[in-house]
Order: sequence, then structure tokens, then C-alpha cells
Amino acid sequence: MEEDKVVLLGSGFSMFGMRAKIALAEKGIKYEYIEEDLTNKSSLLQEMNPIHKKIPVLIHHGRPICESLIIVEYIDMVWHSNSPLLPFDPYLKSQAKFWADFVDQKVYHASRRVWISKGDEQEVAKKDFLESLKHLEEFLGDKPYFGGETFGFVDVALIPFYCWFYTYETFGNFKVESVCPKLISWAKRCMQKESVSETLADEKEVYESVLDYKTRFILN
Amino acid sequence: MAKDGEVQLFGVRGSPFAGRVQVALELKGVQYTYFEEDLRNKSDLLLKYNPIHKKVPVLVHNGRPLAESLVILQYIDETWGNHPIFPQHPYHRALARFWSSFIDDKCLPAITKAAFTANKEEREKGSEESLEALQFLENELKHKFFGGESIGIVDIAAGFIAFWLPAIEEAVGLKLLSSEKFPKLSKWSEEYTNHPVVKENLPQRERVVGFFKARYASIVASK
Repeated sequence: MEEDKVVLLGSGFSMFGMRAKIALAEKGIKYEYIEEDLTNKSSLLQEMNPIHKKIPVLIHHGRPICESLIIVEYIDMVWHSNSPLLPFDPYLKSQAKFWADFVDQKVYHASRRVWISKGDEQEVAKKDFLESLKHLEEFLGDKPYFGGETFGFVDVALIPFYCWFYTYETFGNFKVESVCPKLISWAKRCMQKESVSETLADEKEVYESVLDYKTRFILN
Repeated sequence: MAKDGEVQLFGVRGSPFAGRVQVALELKGVQYTYFEEDLRNKSDLLLKYNPIHKKVPVLVHNGRPLAESLVILQYIDETWGNHPIFPQHPYHRALARFWSSFIDDKCLPAITKAAFTANKEEREKGSEESLEALQFLENELKHKFFGGESIGIVDIAAGFIAFWLPAIEEAVGLKLLSSEKFPKLSKWSEEYTNHPVVKENLPQRERVVGFFKARYASIVASK
């Protein structure tokens, strides 16, 4: 492939793949997108991410970068002159990294348990999920974005989950807005941005695909 | 105020995560005050500085707290520019971040499963996963250190493998890091633990082995 070419390997409704897409869109970078079938992984994916064999993978100058937050940071460093996502100040930058990491450690794992589990286990998952969102809402405070006045790293890390809220809410029988109204306002604000609205999947389509997955793997 | 500002580190003696931060601070010659926490009776300060995870290490610089060892290490490297531990080039930096996360997301959980699970099948699975993870690291090691000729972020993150893993092996009667299977990684372990800054900041081995023995005993007892 040509030296400067940018390629992104992604799949379906992965919120991690969406992070990379949003970052690329924010920077106005042209790239080739390759949709991976995770039940039949391509030789390219296996070659580019032999350790985890997961998406997203960004390929730039023929070299792979793996793990969504590492990809977003890489994009921000290489195309640093437009739409910076990470703050310049080391402390604020570290705070952003901490909260993005929090999304992975707490929000993601709890959210998965919400749609996979049932009964008491699901109740615990719901509580953990909403608690993690409440912490994020507290950190957001009155700022328009997690990045302050402008859309930033933590915004990119969290916003893809918004198109999955309908799935969690339907399976878990709750509404995020009743617990975290400010977070929903924040999400709607982000959706005004083309990089976000063009990237996020339709929430009903996400729900249908999860329902189909659960049915196929008899998780009901 | 001192030239570095006021730097405080909250840790626990023997913690590999607090140890990472100490190595980075010492490498850069940063003056700091160390506070030993009792995790069974966490201080008000710790709970104030890390209300989310309530864990160590926490670094406080000029009154501003930071948590999560790898996040702290990035902050230290950007604040004190001497003896850089992260590569400058975006691609190499991304690789360094990838491998440090690999240690925490894959190696540590696999080793913990291999050593500290009551269920025999789970332990065997953990051993398999640990050996696989160690093999990836073995293949990745191309110089004296992961950072090249001097230690970098991946070496500091992998300190767990160099010092704490052998202690776990002794405590529970496990052998994962053999020099036959992992010659480069074994040699690297020796080089890393003998690095003057690292050596000075390692906890007492007997205490660490003792800690792991007690942990193993409680797992076995709860079967």
C-alpha cells in the first residue's frame, strides 16, 4: 500500500471502532475503511494485530496501531495542527487519560453485563453502569464538553456508547436520562457535530443486532 | 517552593504499581515525599485524592492529584523532561503504550489466575495464558531493554515480571519464567532488577514472598 495511506479496520457497531472514525473525521483525514467479519478474521487483521486479533486497527505508513485510545492519541499527535483532542497542559492531559481509561475500565464492562445478564446479576450491572455514568457526569460539571469548550479526548472515548444506550435501557428496563440528565444533554450536543452524527450507528439497528446475537447464541 | 514544586506519592510498600512511579521519579531525580498507606484503613487524604478507585499509587503535584500508574508515568515524563521514558516519535510512542497496557491487561490477570485461583482448571488456563503472554514479550525484546539501551516505560511497567513474578513463583510453587523457554526475558529481568535506580527501590524480597504466601494460603483455605 502507498506510504501515506491511512486504513482503518473496524467492525459493525463496535464503539471502539467508532472512536477511531470520529477522531479521523474530526481531523478531516481521508482513509480507507475495511469492515472485518469477526467470525472469520481476515489475514490482514491477524497480521496487523497478532496479539489481540481485535479491531479497531489503524494502519499508517504500512504500520499498525492497535487499541482504540492509543489510536485516537496517535491520530491526535500526528495530525496535531487541527482540532486538538488532548489538552496541551500535562495535568489536564493526564486527567483526560484517566477518565478515558475509566470509560474502558468501568463503563464498558458494566454495560456489557447489563445486556448479557439477567435477574440479580443484571441489577448489579445496572447499578454499576449508572454509577459509572454519574461519576462521569460529575466530572463533566457545567462544561459543554469533557474537553471544556471544545470536543476532546474523553468526549471521543464516551460518545460512541450513546448509540448503545437504547440497547442497555431496553434490556435493563431503565432510562439513563432519569439518572444522568446532564449526560444526555451532553450526548445530544455531541450529536450536532457531523463527525459524531455521521459515525454513530442507529440505536434501533444496534438493538436489533444485539437481540439477534443473543438469540443465535441462546442467551435469552 | 522546591524547583520541582511539591510532589507527594501515596503508595504501599511492596506494591508493583507504586514501585513504577518511584522508579520514574528517582530516574528523573525528582524530590518527593512518600506516604505509606494502610489499605485496610485508608487515609482521608487518599480517599480525597482518589475517590473513584480509592487505590494507590496516587501522585499529588502542587496539590493536584493523579491516579492510575500508567497515567501518572505519562504525566511525570511530560513534566520532567530529563531521562525520557517515552519515545518521542508518535508510532514508537503508540507501541510503548500498547506494550505497557499489555502488561496490565493480559500478563497480570493471567499470572494472578495461574497463581491465586482455587479451581485447578482455572489455574491451568491461567498458566497457559501467562506463557502465551510471556512469549509475546520475549519476541518483542530486541535490545538490552524494551526501551533500547536504557530503560523506558515498557521496562518500568514490566517490572512486575522481573521482580514480583519470581516472588509469586516461589510463594505458590509455580514456574512460568524459565530461562530455557524465555532466555531473553530472563536476562532482561536480571538487567532490570540490577539497574541502580530500580535496585534501590525494590521492596524486600522475603516480605513480598511472605505476602504472596499468605494470599495463596487464604485461597487454598477458602476452597
